[in-house]
Amino acid sequence: MARAPIVWREATVRATEAETPSARTLRLDVPGWPGHVAGQHVDVRLTAEDGYQAQRSYSIASAPEDGGLALTVERIDDGEVSPYLTDEVRAGDTFEVRGPVGGHFTWRVRDGGPLLLVAGGSGLVPLVAMLRHLAAHDEEIDARLLVSARSWDDVLYREELAVLGRRPGLRVAHTLTRETPPGWEGFARRVDADMLRAVGPPPEERPRVFVCGPTAFVERAADVLLSLGHPPAAIRAERFGPTGG
Amino acid sequence: MAPISRGFRGRRRDVDPARTPPGQYLVGDFPVLSAGPTPRTPLADWSFTVDGAVDAPRTWSWEEFLRLPQETVTVDIHCVTKWSKLDTTWVGVSVDTLLEGVETEAEYVTAWSDGDYTTNLPLEDVTGGRAWVAHRYAGETLEAEHGGPARLLVPHLYFWKSAKWVRGLRLTPEDEPGFWEAAGYHNRGDPWREQRYWND
Repeated sequence: MARAPIVWREATVRATEAETPSARTLRLDVPGWPGHVAGQHVDVRLTAEDGYQAQRSYSIASAPEDGGLALTVERIDDGEVSPYLTDEVRAGDTFEVRGPVGGHFTWRVRDGGPLLLVAGGSGLVPLVAMLRHLAAHDEEIDARLLVSARSWDDVLYREELAVLGRRPGLRVAHTLTRETPPGWEGFARRVDADMLRAVGPPPEERPRVFVCGPTAFVERAADVLLSLGHPPAAIRAERFGPTGG
Repeated sequence: MAPISRGFRGRRRDVDPARTPPGQYLVGDFPVLSAGPTPRTPLADWSFTVDGAVDAPRTWSWEEFLRLPQETVTVDIHCVTKWSKLDTTWVGVSVDTLLEGVETEAEYVTAWSDGDYTTNLPLEDVTGGRAWVAHRYAGETLEAEHGGPARLLVPHLYFWKSAKWVRGLRLTPEDEPGFWEAAGYHNRGDPWREQRYWND
């Protein structure tokens, strides 16, 4: 296996867009970017004028086919790096990125389906990269996405998910755990066995399962998936703690 | 020369550079990182094995393991995802105790875990009072999400080397890259040299 060094590269912000009140997507130009696989992440390094530096990891939101690199960052109010990226950064600003990193929580069209993607909050970011990757190919793969968020306003990529959900083979379900809009017809509780059974596909179809979100969400969802009979080796998880940056 | 990130000042937490490796930040809580579901092996089914290139494999049941000499250590831990946590206190069995009297030509060890996780280390990184199989953290039984019933503890390397849910050490003559080491992470993982990824 080639062991190319993963080097720091200068990234220039091409554009930013607010996704929710607390999350923003940064579109970056990264000369020399080697490409990535959906599900991978990058390290971001900020440098202050006096040389002080801080690093954090962020999931890649863009598909490999998208050209350029997009990160979606959720603001952690007492964080050191995320408030800078969500509130301060604007087009033309520069920082460094290093990657792509991660070879386990990844999916390529050629890996095949069915796919079961379970997202808690901003855990949706690497999973939407997988669906964007799928949508870039003219291939019908059974893919189900369950998005758990506190409220409808907290759901990332809402319009895009609605469009993706109309593609053949692709279904998107939402559950809102704190607040639902009037006339809400989706789920309105924490992830449980009935919900994951309804979202499917069942374990007999051997879906590849990806779960990403805060630690407590992933622990719960993974336990429920095991109880439904999904084999542990079929479940790939990525957790992020309450601490972040 | 790194480009300046306009308007970035940073938090400037009062950190002791002698205890915080490059690129790390300090946390007060204890984040969880694992690649799959949390395995839950009943203690009655739990055992710990030393095997591979050894004269005679050895296995301990949970009760036997708890009867081995126990050590309490307070150490700093450093995760490759950038957080470090100072002064964490663990109770466990020194790997020196587990390997006592073992005859081997091996220079490497693969720690293996429930959930099919493996990580590889040079034998010298887990001997000489530098590694433990820990089963208590902060005065409590080690929680499953943090690696209980027992996890390897190798605090001088990035924390993915401290395999959760560890069930055995397999001594190997050759170095065999483990789960993360085969997926782009550094083979040794010394936080003070910032050995995060291949070729760092």
